[in-house]
Amino acid sequence: MARCVVRLQSLLCEPVLQQPYLLGSAVTRHLRRPLPWVASQHRDFHTTRGVFKDAAENSKITIHFINQDGERTTTTATEGESLLDVVVNKNLDFSGFGACEGTLACSTCHLIFDKNVFNKLEPLVDEELDMLDLAYGLTDTSRLGCQVFVQKGMDGMTVQVPQKVNDIRKAAESSWKQ
Amino acid sequence: MLMRAGFTDEDRVIVHSPESKHPLIGEYEKGARKRAPGLGVPWTRQNFHFIQTSRVFRLVVCSFRRYLLLTEATLCHNMSTCILRAPVSKGFSLQFATTFAKKTSCYGVQRLGSTAAPQPQVCIVGGGPAGFYTAQHLLRSHKGVQVDVFEKLPVPFGLVRFGVAPDHPEVKNVINTFTQTARQDRCGFYGNVTVGSDVTVEELKQAYHAVILSYGAEGSRSLGIPGEELSGVHSAKDFVGWYNGVPGNKDLKPDLSAETAVILGQGNVALDVARILLSPLELLKKTDITAGSLEAIADSRVRRVLIVGRRGPLQVACTIKELREMINLPGTQPALDPRDFQGLREAVQDVPRPRKRLTELLMKAALEKAAGKEAEREWSLRFLRSPTHILPSPDRSRAAGIRLAVTRLEGSGEHARAVLTGEVEEVECGLIVSSIGYQSLPIDPAVPFDLRQAIIPNRMGRVQQAPGLYCSGWVKRGPAGVIATTMNDSFDTARSVLEDMESGQLDTSTPRAGACALHTLLKQRGVTPVSFAGWEKIDAVETARGREVGKPREKLVDVRDMLKVASL
Repeated sequence: MARCVVRLQSLLCEPVLQQPYLLGSAVTRHLRRPLPWVASQHRDFHTTRGVFKDAAENSKITIHFINQDGERTTTTATEGESLLDVVVNKNLDFSGFGACEGTLACSTCHLIFDKNVFNKLEPLVDEELDMLDLAYGLTDTSRLGCQVFVQKGMDGMTVQVPQKVNDIRKAAESSWKQ
Repeated sequence: MLMRAGFTDEDRVIVHSPESKHPLIGEYEKGARKRAPGLGVPWTRQNFHFIQTSRVFRLVVCSFRRYLLLTEATLCHNMSTCILRAPVSKGFSLQFATTFAKKTSCYGVQRLGSTAAPQPQVCIVGGGPAGFYTAQHLLRSHKGVQVDVFEKLPVPFGLVRFGVAPDHPEVKNVINTFTQTARQDRCGFYGNVTVGSDVTVEELKQAYHAVILSYGAEGSRSLGIPGEELSGVHSAKDFVGWYNGVPGNKDLKPDLSAETAVILGQGNVALDVARILLSPLELLKKTDITAGSLEAIADSRVRRVLIVGRRGPLQVACTIKELREMINLPGTQPALDPRDFQGLREAVQDVPRPRKRLTELLMKAALEKAAGKEAEREWSLRFLRSPTHILPSPDRSRAAGIRLAVTRLEGSGEHARAVLTGEVEEVECGLIVSSIGYQSLPIDPAVPFDLRQAIIPNRMGRVQQAPGLYCSGWVKRGPAGVIATTMNDSFDTARSVLEDMESGQLDTSTPRAGACALHTLLKQRGVTPVSFAGWEKIDAVETARGREVGKPREKLVDVRDMLKVASL
């Protein structure tokens, strides 16, 4: 019964919490806190939704994406899913992203990371490096989105889809593609 | 009923009659209509006739003696196919008509739009990756545009279906995104229509606001050496077309009876050919390689494949993934000469990472002896060899060998040139596959073509000196690059088209008829277009047949079979 009440509260509060500017910060903080008589896990000032769910499963991690045109989108992801999954599941409209659907047969899910995040990522295997080598706008902090899996330490990170640059493409053409 | 079908009071439609010379038969304001008596039976083919009776249009759809009477209704200032409001009758709604029309491969069903939004008509020539990616970008960026894709074969997808090797099914996943694009209401597919002969580009320009040429490269570069026309010599395009089910290549019958095969060129296509020639049968059996070619390969006596290039190891055009695959191919071993790689370790220290890793992999394969067993089949890369003659057999009926001139490099890096030294050597072989590049061909005099570069002269996808014409893909840039390259290129062309629509460079204010205008024309010429629903029938048959033999699909290789299935 208490749990029902708790769920109801989260249900009602969700839309409001998504736009915290609607209420004062004190109010939203209050709404995020679980009701005092519910003996469930209690987390203060947590930025994730689903406060009443278990921490291990379903932690929501906030990720900022910048698309080819420089536009910024913020979304949440679940721990364990790949960044390609995030783009697909959240319907982020990046043209041509993930053409081979995560099978390491293209380089269209190429993403650029901040250096500090990049260094903490799982090391690359040869197969990923093989495809990454063919990507446009390759940088020192580039990875393929289908091979990077969301972890807690990524909360708040920004990833960038490489900007479309004509010169890079022309330079790549005079190199040894096919 | 009308509201359920999604019409608003503002919706208006223009109906086209195939017999009429003008796309606009007339405009009727809402209110001036009468209900048609009764309701006919579902439509099987779209063949519209217009009967004008005292300010009431009755659209009669005739096909095989079945008629459907509908009320006309509203007009819209642009539409490519006729879709009419269904009369108020039980069980019949526009949604049903739409689904039914699509399922029965009717010409195409167009959702009516409101008069406020312009509906530019765009035609894309070529249903491969370039065509579909261009269509995708246009449809996504412009909410009113109608895009029609014309394709020479009854089946879409171009090189994704016919070029990507059978053992690379993941690369073909892009078909899913193309399918989504083709299934959209504002996208029409017309297979089995050859632009240039069934319909001219001039006729397309009149029916559409913009025509985008994305027909790729259907020819190959020729070697230009004596003996090229001998039996046993094939272009890689034809060989790949043979094992991938291109209808025009099904009777290729390459000679696989000799022990040695020579492939000229060292790009990814050359490696594909080598891999298919040497792959164990158990692996090929599970791919979508055609049944005919699988049979021929089962009887193949080819055990040694030489992949020959004019320049050195630092200039190979293939990429590392394909090379790795070749090195790890079961039942085979690489036979690379370590002398080719002397001094290269230092030379690669400063080159870009992709080239460095590729060269290091090559050196590793050359210098390390394969541990343990000797493999039955062997492949090797021959560098600094340029073909000068193809040598005939004693009875001059076929190729029996090839003469290769030894070259040396002038300059270094990606732009090093091969220069003849005067030495030659000869290799005995029974099969020669020339993998030196595909080549685009001109298809219509109305389209400017640069014969030297074998592309359509253009700037950012806008064809030079031909307003209203655009191009994307290989026919725009030349036949190089992977699907991702073509994707970006197609998006660029789509952007140019959209910019021109926005700026008024492309005048979309007057409506154009679109596919509707071509309907009678094609019929008169005996051409039956295959719709996307028709392709989906072919797809279902191929997949079902494939399942019976443990393959993802068993491709239909005859156009007649395809047309038969599509028309069921």
